[in-house]
Amino acid sequence: MTDSTQTLERLAASDYKYGFVTDIEQDTVPPGLNEDVIRLISAKKQEPDWLLEWRLQAYRHWLAMKQPEWARVHYPPIDYQAISYYAAPKQKGDGPKSLDEIDPELRRTYEKLGIPLAEQAILAGVAVDAVFDSVSVATSYKSKLAEKGIIFCSFSEAVREHPDLVRQYLGSVVPYRDNFYATLNSAVFSDGSFVYIPPGVRCPMELSTYFRINASNTGQFERTLIIADEGAYVSYLEGCTAPQRDENQLHAAVVELIALDNATIKYSTVQNWYPGDAEGKGGIYNFVTKRGLCKGRDSKISWTQVETGSAITWKYPSCVLRGENSVGEFYSVALTRDWQQADTGTKMIHIGRNTRSTIVSKGISAGHGQNAYRGLVKILPTAENARNHSQCDSLLMGDQCGAHTFPYIEVQNPSAQVEHEASTSKISEDQLFYCQQRGIGMEDAVSLIVNGFCKDVFKELPMEFAVEAQKLIELKLEGSVG
Amino acid sequence: MLEIRNLHVTVEDREILKGIDLTIRPGEVHAIMGPNGSGKSTLANVIAGREGYTVTQGEIRFDGKNLLELEPDVRACEGLFLAFQYPVEIPGVANLYFLKAAVNAVRKYRGEPPVDAMDFWDLVHERMELVKMDESMLKRSVNEGFSGGEKKRNEVFQMAVLQPRFAVLDETDSGLDIDALKVVADGVNALRSPERGFLVITHYQRLLDYIVPDHVHVLVNGRIARSGGKDLALELEEQGYALYNEEPGRARRAAV
Repeated sequence: MTDSTQTLERLAASDYKYGFVTDIEQDTVPPGLNEDVIRLISAKKQEPDWLLEWRLQAYRHWLAMKQPEWARVHYPPIDYQAISYYAAPKQKGDGPKSLDEIDPELRRTYEKLGIPLAEQAILAGVAVDAVFDSVSVATSYKSKLAEKGIIFCSFSEAVREHPDLVRQYLGSVVPYRDNFYATLNSAVFSDGSFVYIPPGVRCPMELSTYFRINASNTGQFERTLIIADEGAYVSYLEGCTAPQRDENQLHAAVVELIALDNATIKYSTVQNWYPGDAEGKGGIYNFVTKRGLCKGRDSKISWTQVETGSAITWKYPSCVLRGENSVGEFYSVALTRDWQQADTGTKMIHIGRNTRSTIVSKGISAGHGQNAYRGLVKILPTAENARNHSQCDSLLMGDQCGAHTFPYIEVQNPSAQVEHEASTSKISEDQLFYCQQRGIGMEDAVSLIVNGFCKDVFKELPMEFAVEAQKLIELKLEGSVG
Repeated sequence: MLEIRNLHVTVEDREILKGIDLTIRPGEVHAIMGPNGSGKSTLANVIAGREGYTVTQGEIRFDGKNLLELEPDVRACEGLFLAFQYPVEIPGVANLYFLKAAVNAVRKYRGEPPVDAMDFWDLVHERMELVKMDESMLKRSVNEGFSGGEKKRNEVFQMAVLQPRFAVLDETDSGLDIDALKVVADGVNALRSPERGFLVITHYQRLLDYIVPDHVHVLVNGRIARSGGKDLALELEEQGYALYNEEPGRARRAAV
């Protein structure tokens, strides 16, 4: 089967048209987690034995683990036996029948963001027959990439087509024992993205899951693996600014990045999952483990994230700087409003000599939002001449919200230089009045000031994404002042 | 164009302005002088609509409109400009971007389309020369890291681009050396026109050597103690404000 027909099949997921495979009797397994469920998932995905074994090891390990409680987030206990861990690709009839059935508020937001109708439908989970424009776009991109030897496909496809690469790198950055959610993900992950950039190749375009809509419904336990071979460069975009609906409350994704000698990986995220309603009901729990390994010398991994959605965000995109002269970067804007909670930050683990890291974190809290930056800078004894600069700024809007900063610094090599700057401020009356006196209305003034506050992060995003992110922040702050 | 009638203003229950009457007609430049704490900046802020000031009596009309009913941004869109005594820093927002947002906000209010990029660029460059401003200041964040002189120059530059019908300059001369003062004054003078009114607030007479006012008012203890022509400023320079402070009774009579 060719890539494009597979893409199309998943995309359309229309049972009568493409004769939905008959050997799968159930579309969804009953709620609950045990070894049989894991075997079933693995079997349905026709996985090799080693992968099933890896999943089972993870599961057995997970049984003995406890949900972490150190983060500054609060939520009722999750019943892991109440979750269904496998769902077949969406079929027509599952979701809303047309855009007319979609929450008008959501549609208003789509329209403000200028999202084409066809994409609106996909984002809102409307079962569409086929979106031929998008398919052809995706297909033409794929052939362009293939010319350069770049592999960009779903994780399941990679397991089938490139098992050696997957086996070599899966779990090499985030081991299955890593943490409660990563371990759970290792046991039950559904699908995700796989990228391999061959030596010396500069990926000619921003890679985005956006062009691979088939992967947009891989749901709650997504697994992403990106490998940049020697001298390779790739920029990967995850998510999109449009609000995404999902009936699954718990999301526990794992992302692993590996950069070999002289390779660079730039990973940008705009996260706008459903945050729950204004009273704090519903909303996604986003418990994500993201980590990059600068394995080779002179390698570089740069994380940029704009986190505006989810009821709870718990994620720390990190860099393990093993290669000599390797560079890790983390740029983050996290916005919480209404009853959203975010505990996010990064870990920079310096192992190699002359490794450098930069952290720029901007937290914005409005309404009852709670925003915590939690970051670790660790300089190991081997990391001669390591450098880190961290800057953590918080902006408060209103008097019901909170901002918290938890920087952890562990230095085991006296030649290291570690700098940490932090600030907490309110949008000042003076700033607002100054803008207003120039004719700029209150809401626009707030957007202007907040966007200025975020500029150091937005400028790290690919151009188009940056414009969208700015619009998104403006939308998110509507009505939060005054 | 600006009429202030019996204006009483309190700040945190303390009366700062105690009955101000002032009429400024198009084309006129009025100067308000007075010692520290006399209420000069309060007057500027109340005209512009800053929060924290309570008008207990009186009114301000701007071309017949009740100014006190309008939000600060609406007042600005109506053509009122305040050059701040302490210009505010807005990190991460480029000066040029800020100015364009302001110009377009005013245009929107008037029902006009956003400014043409080329037209705007031409206008900005023309006005930059007026205040001898360096182009690099356009790209820097609004007032961030600007020297005292640069900030004040930037205020006059913004005024020159926005071309308000009425401008209040709140101690724009403070902290300026003589060269910067001249530049700022030249900028203001270039904007003087038969349609435009100015209220220049200053502690020192010096500025009025360069921006020659039509009328001078002495504000003491929340009241206009005396009004006169441009020579009044010179007189104040010689005698100081002590006269008015010590004998408020006499000063009041002098104002009548």
